[in-house]
Amino acid sequence: MNNNNLNYLVNSLYLIKPELVISAVIVLLVLVDLIMMKNKKLLPYLSVAGLLVAAYFIIEHFETNTFAFSTGSSAGMMIVDPFGNFFKLLIVFASILVVLFSVASTEIKNSFDRHGEYYALIFGMILGMMFMVSASDLIVIYISLELVSFSSYILAGFTKRSIRNSEASLKYVIYGGISSGIMLFGISIIYGITGSTNLYEINSLIQAPQVQSLTFLLAGILIFVGIGYKISAAPFHFWTPDVYEGAPIPITAYLSIASKAAGFALLIRFIKVTFIQSIDPEGFWHLLAIIDWKTFIIIISILTMTLGNFAALWQSNMKRLLAYSSIAHAGYLLLGLAVMSNEGITAILIYFIVYAFMNLGAFFVVMLIANKIGSEELDDYKGLGYSTPFLGVSLAIFLVSLTGLPPTAGFIGKLYIFIALIDAKMIVVAVIALLNSVVSLYYYIKVLKHMFLDKAEKEIPAFTTSYSSAILLVAIVAPILIFGIYFTPIVDLAKNSITLLGF
Amino acid sequence: MQNFPILSFITLLPLFGMVILLFIPKKQELIIKSTTLVITGIQLVVAIFLLKNYNYSLGGINDPSTFQFIEKFRWIDISGFSWIGKIKIDYFLGIDGLSIPLVLLTALITFIATLSSWTINKSVKGYFAMFLLLDTGMMGVFVALDFFLFYIFWELMLLPMYFLIGIWGGPRREYAAIKFFLYTLLGSVFILIVMIGLYFSTTETLADGTKVFTFNMLSMMNPQNFTAQGILSPLNPGNLRLIAYIALFVGFAIKIPMFPFHTWLPDAHVEAPTAISVILAGVLLKMGTYGILRVCYPIFPDITRQLVWYIGLFGMINIIYGALCAMAQKDFKKLIAYSSVSHMGFVLLGMASLNSMGISGAIFQMFNHGTITAMLFLSVGVIYDRAHTRGIEEFGGLATQMPIYAGFTTLAFFAAIGLPGLSGFVSEAFVFLGAFGFGSIRVLTVISTLGILLGAGYMLWTFQRVFLGGLKEKWASLKDLTFREYAMLVPLSVIIIFLGFYPAAMLNIMNSSVNAMVKVMTNAQTFYGSLLH
Repeated sequence: MNNNNLNYLVNSLYLIKPELVISAVIVLLVLVDLIMMKNKKLLPYLSVAGLLVAAYFIIEHFETNTFAFSTGSSAGMMIVDPFGNFFKLLIVFASILVVLFSVASTEIKNSFDRHGEYYALIFGMILGMMFMVSASDLIVIYISLELVSFSSYILAGFTKRSIRNSEASLKYVIYGGISSGIMLFGISIIYGITGSTNLYEINSLIQAPQVQSLTFLLAGILIFVGIGYKISAAPFHFWTPDVYEGAPIPITAYLSIASKAAGFALLIRFIKVTFIQSIDPEGFWHLLAIIDWKTFIIIISILTMTLGNFAALWQSNMKRLLAYSSIAHAGYLLLGLAVMSNEGITAILIYFIVYAFMNLGAFFVVMLIANKIGSEELDDYKGLGYSTPFLGVSLAIFLVSLTGLPPTAGFIGKLYIFIALIDAKMIVVAVIALLNSVVSLYYYIKVLKHMFLDKAEKEIPAFTTSYSSAILLVAIVAPILIFGIYFTPIVDLAKNSITLLGF
Repeated sequence: MQNFPILSFITLLPLFGMVILLFIPKKQELIIKSTTLVITGIQLVVAIFLLKNYNYSLGGINDPSTFQFIEKFRWIDISGFSWIGKIKIDYFLGIDGLSIPLVLLTALITFIATLSSWTINKSVKGYFAMFLLLDTGMMGVFVALDFFLFYIFWELMLLPMYFLIGIWGGPRREYAAIKFFLYTLLGSVFILIVMIGLYFSTTETLADGTKVFTFNMLSMMNPQNFTAQGILSPLNPGNLRLIAYIALFVGFAIKIPMFPFHTWLPDAHVEAPTAISVILAGVLLKMGTYGILRVCYPIFPDITRQLVWYIGLFGMINIIYGALCAMAQKDFKKLIAYSSVSHMGFVLLGMASLNSMGISGAIFQMFNHGTITAMLFLSVGVIYDRAHTRGIEEFGGLATQMPIYAGFTTLAFFAAIGLPGLSGFVSEAFVFLGAFGFGSIRVLTVISTLGILLGAGYMLWTFQRVFLGGLKEKWASLKDLTFREYAMLVPLSVIIIFLGFYPAAMLNIMNSSVNAMVKVMTNAQTFYGSLLH
């Protein structure tokens, strides 16, 4: 390696400051855990501090739009652009909340001796996801995906106490292993055809008309399997309910937001960068005809949301119910991609901001309730609205927002998806999605029915929430109501974040 | 006073009241009830103040300059890139002759329903908080002139209504509540999709001359504002206006409720507590017909003209079908619920006439149905509170035991039948005169008159079974009306009798707006006709 190449490497380091911070925190967490064997109270604060520093660096370079680790003229392995930075911020935000949830979680508290590993693993996931959202090379994509997967396999089975915990972890490993194997196969085919692993280079190579489209179609779909598994799109969603049910609640919440967001960022970047031909002034993408992504994504998304919603109707466990609901939401989000326009991507980003608040909030309440009554079964929620009105009303707001009713922020998320769909004249799809949201009302409202309409079978004594949890909860509820009525800030943020490098 | 945002005040006052309630301790039930009464009382006073200062000569409907008490400021302002339109949403309130009767009705019925809620004793705080939230939603729907705002208020009512039926209702309350919720959400989904479609089909010119898409309903009514390519624009040859109209109409029709979307209504009414039945029949049902008159008619006058026969047909079906169903009921409350279906049919029939007499009759009938049916439900509530049953067959001879109660109920029954001298007669007569004058629905009108006959049939039969004949022994201890019940029934009776003798008091208010509406419908023929063919 000559000196010149080394310089490129060193010069790129300042672009990945957030990732460096996260890596440093991993080391620090392990060290602190070793040195202060007895006192683990420091770890979450250290984690939050590290995340805040990372967030600072992300915001500092938010508008940057360049390659990192490129050797001279060629495209680099990584990209720093507003689109990636948006997702990094989202991931950091979700991580901060999840760390705070973990502090309040009885489940996590009970595995006191292994807190060091717990936070180090979360940071491993964060690092993986940050590379995932900014990768522009199939190798980096694969490695970062694996980093996220391995950390989350362990986290899903972290508490080790219950059988369902280990079961969740094992299922996750098996499904994950197979789908990443399939993805790797797809990557190798693409490399075989084009001789490159860089998305930008592949894009310029396949503009030529003589590309073997059938093989390429196969490769594209194989890669989609790997990503589809991460975002739990049907028919690659089978792991979701089991893992969500078995994993500790903070981790479930984390999987439902952060790794889903990272998966979407990767999917959008992969499809747009690799297959784009041109973008018209209206913001609609014209993709290469090799793969008909639009039809493919529409089919997958309708399948995903319908399956998620209808399966959720029969669930009697809150975590499973929210798992199927998160599958359904992946379907709505995919619709934003199916529009294949900048407007659709804006809608996805808006949806993610809103979804982060409402879904994390819902899991937080489920966790606080589980801390007290030790159950996530819907039948045990009967009459809860009266014994803990504060948690009851908060959960009601989150669920109404997940349904997408105004004046909550969830409505704004859905509204933008539908605006994008109707602007693209995809009216039939919009109608299907809207009817789906009517179906979803039934199971969300079923939770409210149990909490407020039904009588408790055995009296649950009234209980209160600790002040710190209450403050955190209010901090998540308030934006849902505020953004529901005044949504300019989130739309502006989303609009300023849709710039992908090169487009 | 000139710049006081009075419509915002009347709309958001209940919301403010709800916030106050949250700070009152749960045990202080009397304070909670009194606070709600004061809030709704102020609302009623403000509504009367609005009426007093209302200028009868201004028409409204599609002309922004003739709306009154307008409040308009930019609410959402998102500057766009080239590939996405700027999004500008206004907070836009205003009233005209179509909405002011309903604003009055809402304030009046809510106040009376508060009195009727006095007997609630289960989680009082939650009940009144939901009640006030519902109030804001209802009032907001009638004063909003921006489609987006309208939709938000429209949806705001769903959740409180679900809880009010679901927690404080009768034995099958859960079923009734979820049925109500699913039906109305299905309806609003259709409204939402048409709303977005209209958004992309109409533009508004800003002060600096640029054109932006708009949710402003009044801009949507101006044919000049349609874009060439919009999917709901008449300028686009492949437009989907007919389908959109039907979707929107169904969305509103579920709320009316129009046959065959009415099945949620009997369930909701039977299970809901009395006060909520009063609100449901008195105000919520009007939102459906109001929505059609406010949105469907002036934005799609061309399609309205095409489909007006079908609107009349469904009106007729509602009248006859509702009356026949009512006749078969054994439950007093269910009977009144089906009579509502029948009476809302008159509104549809009147709207289908497209002439000023019929439309005045329709709006007037909306108001009258609100007062009369409220009174009927209150009457059922009075007897249910005492006897804990609503089976018509179980009563008999109550007129001797509760003469004053019988008197008030008689008045409400006769008003519902349409006896001359009471308000119901005038509006039904107007509806029939108007509809008969419109050639294409003349046959429907003639058949619909059967509804009057059937109405008299089931009402009088019910009256006979409940109030006449021998008194059953178990009812010998029933007490006559209390002071609170007088306070609910007397104002409604006064209004029913007053408007029966002097209907001009209400007709004059809406006259200019009705004329404006008829003009929109007539002009549509020339303007849209030239565009379409």
